[in-house]
Amino acid sequence: LAPRHPMLKKRDSFEDILEERRHSSDLRYALRCYTPTLYKGLVPCKASMLKSIVLQSDHLQYVIKQVSSESGDSTECVAEEASLILDEMAHRLQLSTVRFFVFTLSKAFKRLFRSVCVNEEGIQRLQQAVQEHPVVLLPSHRSYMDFLMMSYLLYMYDLPLPVIAAGMDFMSMKFVGEMLRMSGAFFIRRSFGGDKLYWAVFSEYVKTMLRNGYAPIEFFLEGTRSRTCKSLTPKTGLLNIVMEPFFKGELFDVNLVPVSISYERILEESLYARELLGIPKPKESTSGLLKARRVLSEDYGSMYVYFGHPVSVRSLTEGKITRSQYNLLPRCIPQKPSADTHEFLNDTAFRLVRIQEGNMVLKPWVLIATLLLQNPDGMDLSSLAEQTDWLRHLALAFGAFLDWPDHAACSEVISCSLALHRHLLSVSAGHVQLSVTDAPQVETTPEEAVFHQAVVVLSCASYRNQILHVFLRPALLAVAMQSANSNRKDDVYNCFNFLRNMFSSEFILCPGDSVQDFEEACYLLMKRGVLQVLEHEIVMSASGHSTLAFLSSVLDPFLQGYQVVSRYLCEETNENLTEKEFIPAVRNFALKLILAGRLKCYEALSSDLQKNALAAFLRLKAVMKVKVGDQVTLKVNKIAVNSLEDTLGKSDVISHQNSWWSRLVL
Amino acid sequence: MASNSSSSTAQQRLRIIAGHLQKRPEDEHPSVAAQECKAETSRSNPSSATPVPKRRQEIMKWNGWGYSDSRFLFNKKGQAEFTGKRYRLSGLILPSLKDWFEGTFGANLQHKSPATPTVNLSAVAPPDLNEPFVEDLKAAGVAMSHDPEDRVFRAHGHCLHEIFALREGRIGRVPDMVVWPSCHKDVEKIVELACKHNVCLIPYGGGTSVSSALECPREETRSIVSLDTSQMNRILWIDEKNLTAHVEAGIIGQDLERQLNECGYCTGHEPDSMEFSSLGGWVATRASGMKKNIYGNIEELVVHIKMVTPRGVIEKSCLGPRMSTGPDIHHFILGSEGTLGVVTEVTLKIRPIPEYQKYGSVVFPNFQQGVACLREVARQRCAPASIRLMDNEQFQFGHALKPQVSSIFTSFLDGLKKFYITKFKGFDPHHLCVATLLFEGDRGKVLQHEKQVYDIAAKFGGLAAGEDNGQRGYMLTFVIAYLRDLGMDYYVIGESFETSVPWDRVLDLCRNVKERIVRECKERGVQFPPLSTCRVTQTYDAGACVYFYFAFNYRGLSDPVHVYEQVEHAAREEILANGGSLSHHHGVGKLRKEWMKESVSSVGLGMLKSVKEYVDPQNVFGNRNLL
Repeated sequence: LAPRHPMLKKRDSFEDILEERRHSSDLRYALRCYTPTLYKGLVPCKASMLKSIVLQSDHLQYVIKQVSSESGDSTECVAEEASLILDEMAHRLQLSTVRFFVFTLSKAFKRLFRSVCVNEEGIQRLQQAVQEHPVVLLPSHRSYMDFLMMSYLLYMYDLPLPVIAAGMDFMSMKFVGEMLRMSGAFFIRRSFGGDKLYWAVFSEYVKTMLRNGYAPIEFFLEGTRSRTCKSLTPKTGLLNIVMEPFFKGELFDVNLVPVSISYERILEESLYARELLGIPKPKESTSGLLKARRVLSEDYGSMYVYFGHPVSVRSLTEGKITRSQYNLLPRCIPQKPSADTHEFLNDTAFRLVRIQEGNMVLKPWVLIATLLLQNPDGMDLSSLAEQTDWLRHLALAFGAFLDWPDHAACSEVISCSLALHRHLLSVSAGHVQLSVTDAPQVETTPEEAVFHQAVVVLSCASYRNQILHVFLRPALLAVAMQSANSNRKDDVYNCFNFLRNMFSSEFILCPGDSVQDFEEACYLLMKRGVLQVLEHEIVMSASGHSTLAFLSSVLDPFLQGYQVVSRYLCEETNENLTEKEFIPAVRNFALKLILAGRLKCYEALSSDLQKNALAAFLRLKAVMKVKVGDQVTLKVNKIAVNSLEDTLGKSDVISHQNSWWSRLVL
Repeated sequence: MASNSSSSTAQQRLRIIAGHLQKRPEDEHPSVAAQECKAETSRSNPSSATPVPKRRQEIMKWNGWGYSDSRFLFNKKGQAEFTGKRYRLSGLILPSLKDWFEGTFGANLQHKSPATPTVNLSAVAPPDLNEPFVEDLKAAGVAMSHDPEDRVFRAHGHCLHEIFALREGRIGRVPDMVVWPSCHKDVEKIVELACKHNVCLIPYGGGTSVSSALECPREETRSIVSLDTSQMNRILWIDEKNLTAHVEAGIIGQDLERQLNECGYCTGHEPDSMEFSSLGGWVATRASGMKKNIYGNIEELVVHIKMVTPRGVIEKSCLGPRMSTGPDIHHFILGSEGTLGVVTEVTLKIRPIPEYQKYGSVVFPNFQQGVACLREVARQRCAPASIRLMDNEQFQFGHALKPQVSSIFTSFLDGLKKFYITKFKGFDPHHLCVATLLFEGDRGKVLQHEKQVYDIAAKFGGLAAGEDNGQRGYMLTFVIAYLRDLGMDYYVIGESFETSVPWDRVLDLCRNVKERIVRECKERGVQFPPLSTCRVTQTYDAGACVYFYFAFNYRGLSDPVHVYEQVEHAAREEILANGGSLSHHHGVGKLRKEWMKESVSSVGLGMLKSVKEYVDPQNVFGNRNLL
C-alpha cells in the first residue's frame, strides 16, 4: 500500500482551477449543465426514498426488534425513534444548493487564495474509479474549508457529489447546518457508544448509500480537524462500516480514495493555537461565522488538493480477511469485527493516513518555520537562507512533497514566505524572529504575555508539524542513537522502539511496523551518508553529526513536553487528580516553569501534547484510570513515570538548541 | 402440449424422451425380469446387445462429448448446424449462432483450432500389468482388455483440461487394464483379487465426471485397473406394491428411464448428463436431477444400496423407508466418489409416469426480479417439477440456438412477441431474463399449479413467454456439452461449475462470481471479455443451486488451460467467500480437494478419513478423490 521508500514515489503535477474562474462568469459556471459520471451499478433512488429503504432494511428491523424486546417499548415506538434519528441525521442533497455554494465559494476562493491546485490525473483516476465501484473519499482534515472544497471540486469535474459524514456540532448553526445538509452533509452525534439503535441507523444509512451507489461517501479518517496539522490517529468505525458490504459479499469491491488537502496558510491558524492553549473554542454559530468575514480580506496563499490512487478494498483484504467468516450468521445481524478484522482495519487506516501525509504539499515556509522554532532568539536572514537551503535538500532526499518554486533564488523564496506569514514574525535589520505582532496596547500580565507568545509558537509549530512525517523515522533513530548505551544495533533498536511506543499517539506510527520503520530510518540516513549500518552496529559518519543533531532537535519539543508532563505527574499530583482536571493542571505547571525561566519550550503548553503524553503513560501502564463515582481519577505509579522520564531524559542532551548548525558550519 | 387423455400423455412423454435421447432398434425388448447373474452363462454374448458397448469409442467421441455422429459445425456457408439424427436439433440450421459466437467471444471462423483426429496409440504407455492378478481374473472369467483405446477412453472425465489434452493428442497416465464385471458376484471377485494382488481399482460408470475424479493419480505406482460397470445394466425386479425397482448400478440414466417407462414407471431422476451417466455414479457423487422438486435428489430416491468394499459387502438388512439406526450408512456411500468401493445394486423408488406434462417460461425485466420470484415460489413450496432462471447472457445464448423457422408466420409471431416485451412492456433486452418451467402430474392439478406459479411471477413483473421457450431451454441442457467441442474448434474454451447458496446471498454471489471471472480473465491476458453467465437451476426451502458457464477466446495465450484453471480456481474462492458451497452435485474429485478441510472442518475430514482407513486400509480404491 505505502511504498517502502517514499522518495521513489512519482507524483502528479497540478493545475490551478482558479485560473479559469478568474476569467469567466461565476454565475454561468454555477448554473452550467452538470452531468456527472455515474457508477455502472447505480440503483437510481431519490434522497427521500433512502429513508424508507433504510428503515425497512433487514438490519434495522432486526435491531428495532432487539431493542424493543430489551427495553420493553413497542416496536412501533422504537421504529419511530429510529425514524427521528434518521431525520436528524440524513442529508438532503440538492443540486440548487450546491449551485449556490459553487457561486459563493467561487467568489470566496478567489479572494482567499492565490491559487487552488488540483492534480488532474488524480481526477481522471477518480472518474474511472467512480464508474467501476462505489467510492469512499477520505480527505485529510485541517480546515472547515476541506469538505466545501471537495464538493466544489467534484462538481467542477462532473463527478458525482459526495455525501459527507459531519459532526453534530455544525447543527447548532441553524441556517448553515441546513445549508450544509442540502449540499450533502449528514450529521452524526459525536458520541453514541452504547446506543445500538443509533449505531444501526447510522451504519445502515451509510451502507445503503454505498450499496446502491447513491453517491460517494466522504468522511474524515482522523475524525476531526487536526488542530496541530499533524495527522491524527485514525478512527476505524466508519472504515469498518464502508468495508462491511464488501466483507459480506454485498459489493464486489469498494474504492478508497485518500485525498490530501494542504494549505499554505490555514484559515483557522490562530483559532487552533488558542484552542490548544485552553482559550475556549467559540461555539460554532452563524454569527461567529459572519464575524469570520474578516478572514476574507487576508491572503492565504495557495491551496493544494491531491487525489491519491484509488485503493481497492478487495485487493487490500487479499490474504488478510477470510470473508467466509461471515457465512454462518444472517447478514442482517450486526456483528462486531473479529480480532483479525479489527487489526486489518487499524492497519489499513494508518496506511491510508500515511498516504494522505505523503501526498500533502509542503511549502518553503514549512522549512522556515521549522528553523525559526529551533531558534527562539531569531536568526539572521542570511543564515536563515543558508540553513533553509540545506534543509530543503535533506527534505527532498527524504521524499518530501515540497513545492519549491523553480528558478527562484532562495532569498526570494524566503522573503515571499515571510511576507505571507508576517503576522507571526518580526523582521528588523536583517534579523527575523517569531514574535507577537498585534500585541494589545494595554498592560499585560506576565502570564498573558506567555500565552501571547505561545499562540505564535503553536501557530508556527502547526507549519513545522506538516513536515514532521518526513523527518519522523530518521529523527526517532537519531534520538535513539543518542540515548542508547552503545552503537549496537539491537540497543539502538530497543531505544527506537521505546520512543516509537512513547510517541505512538503523537505521530502516525503504524502499530506493528516497528521493524519496517527502523529499517526505513536506517536506509534514509545511510543513503544520506549520515550513518553506516553494519551487521551488528550502527556507526555515525564523520559528516553525520549535524544531520543527526538537526533531527534530534525536531523531536526536542516533544521530548521536553513529555518530560514536563511526567514531572508534573511525579511532583504535583495528589491522590484525587481527576481526568478532567489533568489538562488545566499540567498547563499551570508548565506555565509556572516558563515564568520561572526553567522551561523555554512553549509547546509544552499545548493541550494536544499533554493529552498525547497522558495517553502514552496510560498505554505504558504508568498511569491508571480509576472510576470513582461518576468521576474518572488518574492513579499515578510514580516509580514507573520516573523511570520513563529518565529514559526520555537521556535523549534530551541538546541543551543548546541550535548546536547542530554550528557543527555543520564547523 | 396438446394431449388430452392420459394414454396419449404417456406417449407424449415417451416421445419427448425419445426426442432428445438415443433411438433404439425397435426389435429390442426390455429385460425387466429378475435374472441370474450372467457371469457363467452369457459371457459370450456380443456386447452390442447392451446399450453401452464395451468399446464405447465405437459410438462415442474419444476426445469430446457424446455420440460420434452428433456434433455442431459451421458449414460451408458459415451457418451452424447440428449433425446426426438423435436430437430434436439434429439436422437443423442455427442461423444466429455464428453471429452470437463471433460477437460474444471475438472468435473468427477463419481461425480454427482443430483436434487431433485419432488417438496416437504410440503416445499411450504400455500397460503395467499385475500378471498374477490378470491370471486369477482370467480364471474367474471376467471380461477384460488392455487395448490402448479402451484404456485411454477410461482415463478421463470431461473437465476442460482433460478434453483439451486429448484434442492435442496428449495422453497422460491411463489405466493399465479395463475389466467389465457383469454382476455383483463378478465385482466381489475383482475386489477380492485386487486386495490379494494389491492393484489399484478405479470404478468407472458413465465417464461424465467433471471433477478430475477419473484421472489416474500420478503418484500411483501399482497397476491401475479401471472397473467399468457398464455391463451391469439390468433392472433386476420391479415391486409395484411398494413402487420400488432393484437395478444394477451400471445402468445409464436414459436406459433406466426408458425401460421403466415401458412398464409405465419412471424414477424421475434426470440429471443433465442422464444420457451417459450411471446409477452407480449418481450414488457415488450425490447427483441431483432436474425434477428433484417432485422426485427428490438421489439421496431421497435410494431405498437400499449394495456396495462391494475391500472389507466385504455393505448393505442394510431390509427395505424399510426410513430407519433410526445410528448415522445412516448410506451417507458414507453417497458421495464417496469411488474411494470406498463399487456400488453394484440399488433399490430405487419409482413412480407411475405422470399423466400430463407441460413446459412454460416467464420473462422477467431483470435477474433480481427473477430471483425474487423463485424465492417466493420456494417459500410457498409450489415449485414445479423444474424451475430454472437464466440470466440475460444465457437468455441471449438461448436465442442464438433458435433453429431456422420454417414459416413466415412463426417468425412474424416471434417478432411480435419481442416487440411486445421490449417496447410495450418496456423490458430492456440487455437486462431481461427468463425462467423455464416444467410441470408434471395429473392434468387438472398441473393447470391449477401453472396458474399459481404464473400468478406469483406476475407479482414480480414476470410475463408468461410460452411453452416453446421453456421446452427449448430444457433441450439446450442436452446439447450444450456438444457446443463446447464446437468452441474448442475455434479457440474458445469453457466449462460449467455449480454451487448451492442461501437465498439471501444468491444475487450477490452471482454478481460477484461473474465479475470475478471477467476481472481474472482480464488480469491474465485474455484478449476478449469472457462469457460469464449463470442460472439458478434448483430451488430449496433454504437456498438455491446456481450453475455458472464460463468460456473465453484463448487466442494469444501461451497456456490457455492454465489460465482457465486459475480463473476457475479464483471463481471457486469467490463462491466460498460469498457463502456458497464447494459443490451442489458435481462432487469434489481431485479438482476441489484442497477446499475440503475448509468446507467440512478438520474433524469432519478426519471422520471421513477414518472411515476410509477402516474400509480400505490398502487404498485399493486408490483414485485419491475427496480426501
